[in-house]
Amino acid sequence: MTTPMVKFENVTKRYGALTVLDSLNLEIAPDEKVAIIGPSGSGKTTVLRMLMTLERINDGIIYVDGEPLTHMPKNGRLVPADERYLRRVRGKIGMVFQHFNLFPHMSALRNCMEAPIHVLGLSRQEAEQRAAELLDMVGLSDKKHQYPSQLSGGQQQRVAIARALAMRPKVMLFDEVTSALDPELVGEVLNVIRKLGKEHNLTMLMVTHQMGFAKEFADRVCFFYGGQIVESGRPEEIFSAPKEERTRQFLSAVLEAS
Amino acid sequence: MQLRQLAVCAIVFFTAGLAVASFAGFREFIPGLLEGAWVTVQITLGGCLLAVVMALVAAMAKMYGPLPLRWLAVAYIEVFRGTSALVQLFWLFFVLPHFGVNLGPMTVAIAALGLNVGAYGAEVVRGAVNAVPRGQWEASVALNMSRPLALRRIILPQAFVAMIPPWGNLFIELLKATALVSLITISDLAFKAQQMNQTTFRTVEIFTIVLIVYLAISVLITVGTRTLETFAARGIARGR
Amino acid sequence: MFWDWNYVWEITPALLRASLVTIQATLLGFALAATLGLVLAIMRMSRTSWISVPTAGFVEFIRSTPVLIQIFFIFFVFPEFGIVLPAMTAGVIALGLHYGSYCSEVYRAGLENVPRGQWEAATALNLSPYITFRDIIIPQAIPPVVPALGNYLVALFKETPLLSAIAVLELMQTAKILGSQSFRYVEPITLVGGFFLVMSLVAAAFIRQVEAWLNRSLRNPGGER
Repeated sequence: MTTPMVKFENVTKRYGALTVLDSLNLEIAPDEKVAIIGPSGSGKTTVLRMLMTLERINDGIIYVDGEPLTHMPKNGRLVPADERYLRRVRGKIGMVFQHFNLFPHMSALRNCMEAPIHVLGLSRQEAEQRAAELLDMVGLSDKKHQYPSQLSGGQQQRVAIARALAMRPKVMLFDEVTSALDPELVGEVLNVIRKLGKEHNLTMLMVTHQMGFAKEFADRVCFFYGGQIVESGRPEEIFSAPKEERTRQFLSAVLEAS
Repeated sequence: MQLRQLAVCAIVFFTAGLAVASFAGFREFIPGLLEGAWVTVQITLGGCLLAVVMALVAAMAKMYGPLPLRWLAVAYIEVFRGTSALVQLFWLFFVLPHFGVNLGPMTVAIAALGLNVGAYGAEVVRGAVNAVPRGQWEASVALNMSRPLALRRIILPQAFVAMIPPWGNLFIELLKATALVSLITISDLAFKAQQMNQTTFRTVEIFTIVLIVYLAISVLITVGTRTLETFAARGIARGR
Repeated sequence: MFWDWNYVWEITPALLRASLVTIQATLLGFALAATLGLVLAIMRMSRTSWISVPTAGFVEFIRSTPVLIQIFFIFFVFPEFGIVLPAMTAGVIALGLHYGSYCSEVYRAGLENVPRGQWEAATALNLSPYITFRDIIIPQAIPPVVPALGNYLVALFKETPLLSAIAVLELMQTAKILGSQSFRYVEPITLVGGFFLVMSLVAAAFIRQVEAWLNRSLRNPGGER
C-alpha cells in the first residue's frame, strides 16, 4: 500500500474540560475524496482546522505526505513543530472556508496572486498568469478585476477556491463551503468542486451538509459523532445501509428536513 | 453635516475677528502671531509623525513582541496615558538635563507631544487590528503566509481604514496640546499671544484671533482626514 | 546624586497641600462639565435650528481649540468687559466649559440610544415632554454613558496642571516653585508625575468596575429574578 497522504494518529483535541476529538485515527490515500458528515458540535470542522494548523492538537501526531505536520524530528525524536517547520510542511495543504475569507481590499485576481508572489516567490507575470488561468477554470475570467464586495456569494467562494489552488496544494480542505450561500448559488460552487475532482490529482477532505453531493462525489464518507468516527465506508453503504443506530438517526433527520 | 457647521463657524468667527482687528490696527500684532502660528504648525507636524511611528511600534510590540518588549510597550502606553502632557513636557525639559541629556526645546516639545499622543494612538492601532475579522488571519495561514507578511499585506491595510477617524481626533488633540509648549519658552502661537498681549494690550483681539487660528488648523486637519478616509474606503471596497 | 530622599520628605507636605487644590479644581470643574454638558446636549438636539446649529458650532469650536487658550481668554479677556475672576475660578470655568462640550457628545449618544418607542409610549400616556424627559428618557440615557463620563473626569484631572499657567497654586505650580527655590526639579516633577499616574490607574480600574457592574445591572434591571 502507498503512504497515506494524510494520517491522523491518536489525535486528541480538548477545549478546557471538553474533549472535542477523542484519539482520532484516520488515513486518507493520495487522490482520495473524503466527505465528513455529522451533527454540529461533533468535531468535524475541528479535523480540518487541525490539519490546516489553525488549532493546536493536545495529543497524537498528524502526518501529511509521509512527513509529520504537527511535530518535527529533532535529535531522533519528534518535538512540537515550530513556526518555520510548519510553514514548510503546511504548504502542501490548501483550505476553503465557510465564509470565504477573501481579502476585501484586493481584486479577485490580486487575491489569487498575493500568496504565490510573497510566499512562493513567483514573479508577478507568472503569478498573474497562474491566477488568470485558475479564475478561468472556476468560470470567472470576466470578474478578474472586481472586488469581493462586488461579487455574489457563489462567485466569492469560487474565487476562494482559485486562490487556494494557486498555491498548488496536494490536499484541499473544504469547510462547509456552501453553508453560507443562498440555495440558488450552491450549484455553481459544487460544479467547480466536481470539475476539480475530475481534472486534478488532489486529495480532498470536505465537511458538508450536502448529502446528495457527498453521495455522488466522495470515495468515502465518515460519520462523526461526539468526537469520534462512528462509521465510515463507501457512500452507497453509508447512505443506503448504515450499520450504526446513530448514523441511521442522523441521516433520517437530515433527509426528513430536506 | 458636522463639517459644514465647522466651516460656517470658521467663516463667521474669522470675519468677525477680521472686523474687530481691522478697527484696532492689527498690524501691531499680526506678524508676531503668524510667526507663532508657523512654529505651532511645525510642532504639530513633527509631533504627528512621531506619534504615528510610536503608536505602530508600541502596538505591534504589545500585541506580537516577545515578553520583555511587550512589558516595555505596556509600560510606555500606561505611563504616557496616565500622566498629563504638561507633566511629561516639564519632565523632559527640566529633569532630563539632570541626567546629562540636553535636548533643545523644540526637540523636547515634539518628543513630549509625539510620545503622549503615540501612547493613545497605540490603543487605536490595537483596536483597529483586533477589529479585522479572525477569518482574515485564518485565510493567511491557509495560504501559508508568515505572520509579519499577513500583518503587513492583509491585516494592516484593512485596519488602516478604521484607524483614520480616531487618528483625526488624536491629531486635533495634539494640535491643542502644542499650546503647552509656550510654557517651556518656545515662541509658538500661544506664547506669542501672551507676548503681544503684554506689549500691545489688545487682549480681546489677540486672543480671539488666536482661537480662530487654532480652529482653522483643526478644520484643516478634519478636512484632511475626511478626504483620506474617502479615498481609503474607496480602495478597500469599490462599488460598495 | 540623582535622587535625594531627604529633599523628597522636605517637599512632600507642600505637594500634598497642593494636591488638595488639584482635586478641588477637578471636582468643581467636572461638576460644571457634567451639568453644562447635559444642557448643551439637549440644546444641540433641539428641533429649533436656531438653537441647535449655534450650539453645535459652539461645541465644535470649544473642542477644536486648546484649553490653555480658553483659560487665558477667560482670565485675560473677561476683565476687559468688567468681569474680573480669581485665577482658580477662571481656570475651573475654562476646564468645565471645555470638558462640558466633550460630555455633551457623550450625553447626546446616550440620549439618541433610547429607543423611539419610549417617546411614543410616553406620548400615548399623555405625559408632558418635561416629565417624559425627566422620568423616562434621562434615567435610561445616563447610566450606560457613566463610564464614558468617568473617562472625561480622568482627562480633566490630567489637564489641571494647565492652571499653573495662570499661577493657581496646584500641584504643578507648587512643584515648579519648589524646583526654582532649590534648583532641583527632578524630585518635585517626578513626584507630580507619579501622583497623576497612580491616580489615573486607580481611576481607570474603578471605571472598569463600574462598567462591569453597569453591564450586569442594565441587562437585568430590578435585580435578581
